[in-house]
Amino acid sequence: MMALFDILASAGLWAAVLRIATPLIFGTLGAVLCERSGVLNLGIEGIMTFGAMVGWLTVYNGADLWTGMLVAALAGAVFGLMHALLSVTLGLSQHVTGLGITLFASSLSYFLFRLNVPLASTPPTIVPFKPVSIPGLSDLPFFGQAIFTQTMPTYLAILTAMVMSYVIFRMPLGLAIRMTGENPHAAEAQGINPVRIRYSAIMAGSALMGMGGAFLTLSAFNSFFPTMVQGRGWICIALVVFASWRPGRALLGALLFAFFDAFQLRLQPVLGDRVPYQIFLMIPYILSIAALALVARRAKVPQALMQAYRRGER
Amino acid sequence: MTTVLELSGISKRFGDIVANENISIALRKGEILALLGENGAGKTTLMSILFGHYTADSGTVRVDDVELPSGKPRAAIRAGVGMVHQHFSLAPNLTVLNNVMTGTEKLWSFKSDTAAARTKLLSISQRFGLSVNPDARLGDLSVGEQQRVEILRALYNDARILILDEPTAVLTNIEAERLFSTLKEMAKQGLSLIFISHKLDEVMAAADRIVVLRGGKVAAERRVGETSKAELAELMVGHRVTRPIRDAATPGAVALEATGVTVRRGGVDRLKDISFRLCEGEILGIIGVSGNGQAVLSHLVSGLAEPSIGNIRLFGEPLANLGVRALIESGIGRIPEDRNNEGAIGEMAIWENTVLERIWTPAFSKYGLVNRKAGIAFAQRIIGEFDVRGGRPTSRTRLLSGGNMQKLILGRNLHDRPRILIAAQPTRGLDEGAVAAIHARILEARSQGTAVLLISEDLDEVIGLADRIQAIVKGRLSPPVAAETADPRMLGLMMAGEWLQSEEAGHAS
Repeated sequence: MMALFDILASAGLWAAVLRIATPLIFGTLGAVLCERSGVLNLGIEGIMTFGAMVGWLTVYNGADLWTGMLVAALAGAVFGLMHALLSVTLGLSQHVTGLGITLFASSLSYFLFRLNVPLASTPPTIVPFKPVSIPGLSDLPFFGQAIFTQTMPTYLAILTAMVMSYVIFRMPLGLAIRMTGENPHAAEAQGINPVRIRYSAIMAGSALMGMGGAFLTLSAFNSFFPTMVQGRGWICIALVVFASWRPGRALLGALLFAFFDAFQLRLQPVLGDRVPYQIFLMIPYILSIAALALVARRAKVPQALMQAYRRGER
Repeated sequence: MTTVLELSGISKRFGDIVANENISIALRKGEILALLGENGAGKTTLMSILFGHYTADSGTVRVDDVELPSGKPRAAIRAGVGMVHQHFSLAPNLTVLNNVMTGTEKLWSFKSDTAAARTKLLSISQRFGLSVNPDARLGDLSVGEQQRVEILRALYNDARILILDEPTAVLTNIEAERLFSTLKEMAKQGLSLIFISHKLDEVMAAADRIVVLRGGKVAAERRVGETSKAELAELMVGHRVTRPIRDAATPGAVALEATGVTVRRGGVDRLKDISFRLCEGEILGIIGVSGNGQAVLSHLVSGLAEPSIGNIRLFGEPLANLGVRALIESGIGRIPEDRNNEGAIGEMAIWENTVLERIWTPAFSKYGLVNRKAGIAFAQRIIGEFDVRGGRPTSRTRLLSGGNMQKLILGRNLHDRPRILIAAQPTRGLDEGAVAAIHARILEARSQGTAVLLISEDLDEVIGLADRIQAIVKGRLSPPVAAETADPRMLGLMMAGEWLQSEEAGHAS
């Protein structure tokens, strides 16, 4: 019992929560944006992998870290464009095209990585983002250590959540996106071009997914390996439902999942001699499913999610 | 008066089908113009062209003498044209205010001015007597209220010309009357309106001028004072339409009998202590304003609901816990009230919908495999016999018009000469030609000895077809009256629950 309390009271745990949450925040926000416009983007897992690879490769070839981030975002947007072409213009099944993009982007990542980096026993590394201390705040007891010792992309993720929340609920643009996700025919009848809205939302959302992936290689670690996204994309898709398609709650959901993950890591050494470690690995997923079951039953799905929009057809 | 809207020489084809051919119409300020025509006459296509949903092959649309660019809804909105769609163009998850505001501000403005929008919405709703709560979630509103939101949205966009596509198709009679008085008020305030309809009564009641479309062309144009329902019906269909007349007949044995049946669902008595008796070769009409328990009644006799109290006898045998399939096999045919949701599966082929009720019989499946050839042949027969137009056995059922879908449903039920036919709102939303065809089929079934339970809210229909009539009010059935002694006034009183009050008074004395 005392051990549990010690874990919860350590600033290191809370710092880790924010760190683990960052790619999830980016990914979930990206998926929220796509789905608010009515398009499911299952390309997320592959787009994150590609973002991780291309961001890292850019920096490895001499560019600075923010350029790496930007290249990852642009690459994400390109995959978003591809998804939009298939799912919006051609009106194909969004499940299938999304999974196709995940498979394609993941394999392409490994291929490009191998073309540029020869096989070695220890993977090459870069110098990642450094924690930024915020004068004043970082010196606070406990909170300074727990919250205000993150790298810049983490702060950016939190800021993005707030900005997106404002855009979706306070700006006419956000209303247009929501209307397109609820009923694209109604949006069109009001003079909004649903196709353009969907293209923009998918590309912007996919750019965020790419940035989420790049965080892994540019901040959390310092090297790339092909399996490093490890299903985070799928977690994001679940978090979207948990968040009821709201950016604020997406932030919350990502933090909650990250907390379970950080907690189980620290629980392993304490109880590891009595309980097999695989049980600990399961904890965040089991708790997430439980949380999802509690929250998602009341969630209001965008009514036109996964419905192709064709002009003049009902 | 000044002309505000002018359509000239509009033509539009979809593949081989000519939807509009050289149509010219002018709308004057402060006028209500009705666009009358059967389903498929090209009314909706014409209005979609006007509003920019479709691009015309030729012809021009001019608003206040300025030509509208084709295919741009935004331009139509700017020019002051507002459209109220038949299937509402609204988002159920958003609030009323959100629905109205969408697209009215610059997309990239930094902040949405909801306070100003709310003020404007409320002032419009006050001016035209269309009350609405701006913060209600749209999906929580009734159909009539949702339509009000559609109208408000058009007015919010400063529409001076309002187009309503079959506005009464989804409304109850009372809601429809209220709508028409609103429309007249709008015209009085200087708005110009076009409403699309195939109902003669409402066209005569609400319009100033009527343009009749037939087969994609303007068939005639009349002022309301210069025409009659009979003339309009003839113009609309292209030939004289007469509804079939019921001959005298003697009813046979009792087919279906309910005594003291109560159906309780969710703690509420949906049907309360109802009794009726239906004989072979007769039509029993159940008249009532929709929403008074008709749906439960038709579910009850189709095996989808069970009596909580009381019993039903089918050909003298108690009907207990028989499933839908057993009821169909015992000879009950059904025309459900909601043909799109309960009557047919839109995305499936016509032949599949035709054989669905009897797919388990050896004629259509063997060893668990469907006999596609037999199914298609059967559907082809039904299509021929019942004059279903607009589809082959393999085309999707969704593509049929309402009247033709109803003929298909009727056909698949009547083909095997059912002993009992449950017809719930069989002609709702259909045009004159289709109504006459359906009525003829129902009367034909009666003369062949089928017992017909006709559930309807259309007085003319019930008086024209039924031998005996009972009214349904709040889940209760009135005692039957013979059709010969019934007139619209008496039935109106029955539908208002007159007999209930006299019954209660009788108990009290």
